[in-house]
Amino acid sequence: MTADKLDLLQGTLDLMVLQTLAAMGSLHGYGIARRIEQVSGNEVLLNQGTIYASLVRLEQRGWIASSWGVSGNNRKAKFYALTPAGQQQLTADAHYWQRLSGVMDRVLAMSADPDEEATPA
Amino acid sequence: MSRLRRAAARVFAVFRRRTLDRDLDAELAAHIDLAIDDYIQSGLSPAEARRQALLHFGGIQQAREHHRTTRGLMSLDILLQDLRYTLRTLGRDRGFTAVAVLILALGIGANIAVFSVVNTLMLRPLPFPAAQQLVWIAPPPSACGLSCATYSTDAYDEFRMYTRSYQDVTGYFAFSSPGNLSLNRGGAPIPATGIDVIANFFQVLGVQPAMGRAFTPADALNGAPPVIILSDAWWRTQFNADPNIVGKAFDINGRQTTVIGVLPAAFDFGAVFQPGARIDAITPLNLYGPPRNWGNIITFLGRLKPGISLAQAQQDAAAAAPHMCWNNKQPQSCGSYTGSVVPVPLKDYVSGRLRRSLVVLWAAVGMILLIACVNLSNLLLARAAARGKEFAMRSALGAGPARIVRQLLTESLVLSAAGAFFGLLLAAIVLHWLAHQGAVALPLLHLLRIDGAALGWTLLIAVTAAVVFGLVPGIRMAAGNLQETLKDSGPGSGLGRKHERVRSVLVVSEVALACVLLVGAGLLLRSFMHVLDVDLGFEPARAAAIKVDYDDNVPGDKDGSLGAQKRTAIFRQVIDRVSAIPGVQAAGISDYLPLDRNRSWGLPLPKGIKPPDKQPAGPLVYVVSPGYIRAMGTRLTGRDIAWSDGPKSEPVVLIDSGYAHYLASLTHWPNNDAVGQLLDNGPGQPLRVIGVVDNVREESTEAQTGWQIYYPATQTTPYGAELVIRTQLPPATLANAVLRTLRELNPKQTAAEFRPLITLVDHANSPRRFFMLLVATFAALGLLLAALGIYGVISYSVTRQTQEIGIRMALGASAGLVQRQVLVGTVRLALIGVVIGSVASVAATRLIASLLFATSPWDAATYVAMAVALLAVAAVSGLLPARRASRISPMVALRAN
Repeated sequence: MTADKLDLLQGTLDLMVLQTLAAMGSLHGYGIARRIEQVSGNEVLLNQGTIYASLVRLEQRGWIASSWGVSGNNRKAKFYALTPAGQQQLTADAHYWQRLSGVMDRVLAMSADPDEEATPA
Repeated sequence: MSRLRRAAARVFAVFRRRTLDRDLDAELAAHIDLAIDDYIQSGLSPAEARRQALLHFGGIQQAREHHRTTRGLMSLDILLQDLRYTLRTLGRDRGFTAVAVLILALGIGANIAVFSVVNTLMLRPLPFPAAQQLVWIAPPPSACGLSCATYSTDAYDEFRMYTRSYQDVTGYFAFSSPGNLSLNRGGAPIPATGIDVIANFFQVLGVQPAMGRAFTPADALNGAPPVIILSDAWWRTQFNADPNIVGKAFDINGRQTTVIGVLPAAFDFGAVFQPGARIDAITPLNLYGPPRNWGNIITFLGRLKPGISLAQAQQDAAAAAPHMCWNNKQPQSCGSYTGSVVPVPLKDYVSGRLRRSLVVLWAAVGMILLIACVNLSNLLLARAAARGKEFAMRSALGAGPARIVRQLLTESLVLSAAGAFFGLLLAAIVLHWLAHQGAVALPLLHLLRIDGAALGWTLLIAVTAAVVFGLVPGIRMAAGNLQETLKDSGPGSGLGRKHERVRSVLVVSEVALACVLLVGAGLLLRSFMHVLDVDLGFEPARAAAIKVDYDDNVPGDKDGSLGAQKRTAIFRQVIDRVSAIPGVQAAGISDYLPLDRNRSWGLPLPKGIKPPDKQPAGPLVYVVSPGYIRAMGTRLTGRDIAWSDGPKSEPVVLIDSGYAHYLASLTHWPNNDAVGQLLDNGPGQPLRVIGVVDNVREESTEAQTGWQIYYPATQTTPYGAELVIRTQLPPATLANAVLRTLRELNPKQTAAEFRPLITLVDHANSPRRFFMLLVATFAALGLLLAALGIYGVISYSVTRQTQEIGIRMALGASAGLVQRQVLVGTVRLALIGVVIGSVASVAATRLIASLLFATSPWDAATYVAMAVALLAVAAVSGLLPARRASRISPMVALRAN
């Protein structure tokens, strides 16, 4: 079942975390991991544990902030929330991804049109 | 911005490790719990829910490590981890740690101390501003002592006039005698030593008084009120560091003298220009007063203009020399300095002669450090062997070779740092002691201290040493075959043997290094003993000298004969009274003492001969009383000077055998005997030679420097008086009685120092003694370290072979045989080391050949003695483990392991 899951590209997890927090507000690590799995339709290969390295990196950069709180089913957990700097970073990164994905779409849609083929000099 | 923030956070995280880890563990536990809750809600059993939760989480340990790596700095983390581990293991192994740190402290400490000496004397510029501009101007060395190393005041003026390369030239009066100042503050006058300098002396050197002012030209004029500048040390000891001393006047040599300044502590005249002498005060030299007619009396010291090279300055000086006159009133003396005016960098003059000794010293401590490193390597190897299993286990658990080498290097760095710390303490103590050895005739010692350069050097050698002694065991450990080590439980297999081979090589190199050091020290020691055996021409033992104050001024004394009569009476009374003191065998007076100061006055030749074209330097002059020659213990043929040789009777002299031999070669004397012959000391000034005495070592104990001529104090004016007494008692016991007698005769007599003559010899020998002692100490240290190394290796190998020895003894080997075998193994290692070391020594002693005195660098006796000493020490070091081996009980040995 793991064979057809997607490996995450370097840096993509950070963006996913930021977007999840932007959409869901304050959330704990497990919640973030679950949410990403659900949204990806279980297509992403995610060891839930790896989320924590991403969280500490984002927090050290000042893009998210954490505090201990109590979850809906009354369990103590660490909650993360986006900071204003994180919001800005998300906007910038999202824009970058959209551009890149647009380019990738066009590149992959490229057909073998003889007119556009470069002629060897 | 966010990057910076993250970098700071990562560094910070390293030190909050524990809190952050606890936080993370709680967070991970919450994660699993939340997941389990979810799975239970979706209908799974608690056990299955837990399984699923863990499955989805992935490895908890990996997540933790991943988090840590992202959060902190791995290398810093590892370093701290290694440090903690190192401190823990070293703390557990106290004996090893103490020995290792001690060895390193000795090795590093010796290096820091010697580096500081080398740095102060050789590397650092002299303690003056723009010191590279300073030059010492003097004739090439010659046989007639200070008189041929100095210039007249007329020559000084002409030199300044005819040179263009110098900002300014100064100098000082080179013939000041110790105790030439007498400070009278009520009670007994206090003796002190002052130097007369040309008024611009401090300006040329660039020395600012710590208080008050330097001299001005007005201070040195005829009739100027007397002024004085105090040394820092004298100001502190004699004037209680009086902060208001400037402007106060004291009775010095009978004149009210005003203190105009105090020198800074960093400037010590003696330490730069007269090593080993204490100079208490500086006074201005009146160039245009009586010194005008005293001949060669001042040394030259110049400061070059910026951008002038030494070669230019030398050319300039050589061009000025023909214009310089010994005395302007004697036109034929102009040009007599041609070829004798040579500037050299002041630093070369001050410490140039010591360069070779310093290099040798530096090499010696370098070798000590090498031996210490080899020893440490050995200790670490032994330890590493004992810890072989530990490293194999680490390796099996996934530690790479780099990680293990890193761990071992951390250990060596920690040891090295501790060694460097204690080494610094040791060096600071040694340097403090050295800085206060005023009597050692080595320059600039007072400036010795641990400075920034020394600290940098410490860091450098500590790190280098750590790498050198830590790398070999580190690489050997890391490269060890994992499986073999884990299996290598029994003696005599695999790695154990290999280790032993490496250790044997280390011991051999250690012995070889110690051997080179011992040979060097042995040769220096033999040289020193030869120097002590030199026939000085006088007997310094059981004799002492004290400066006698007297006043032979007679008003209206035209030709000096009245003064001579008065002086004769004073001297005669002094000698008679002192001779009557119980224990005094002989007493006599001379103005100068051998190995102290000297001067020459020209070259009297046999009467009636044509002077040879090429004349050697004139003999050194001593003006002496009857009895002086006997008091010095100098052998005499002919007769001594008598009290009856007065100002009106025939002028007589004593000359030394070397001079007599030269004179005899110029003429025809019966039996070539000078006694009774007449010399010509200028027109109408015949001198009758009444006796010939042994040549006396005047400037140095190690070489014959000049001839001597002795004039009677009853006929010639002496410059001061040193009373020499010979006794059968220890000279110091007579000090009080002699001084009391002098005081009774002259209440103005200062409490002058009572100097056993042996102190003059010791002073002359002090640089050689100093270097010899240092090198000998280092050699002893090297020997000790080598002995430790041998003991360690043999002891370890006996322990490892316990079982084997047990079996052999069970099969009938006697205790004696076992003991013998261990000893033979030890001596064999030492023998290889000695052979290699001897070969290395033959090459290395070329470095010290010029430092030896009457000793060949291939002195067989030294080599044999060294080899015997080393082998004996090796045998003793091997004896303890050998005895232990012979006492092994077969039963116990076989049960062990």
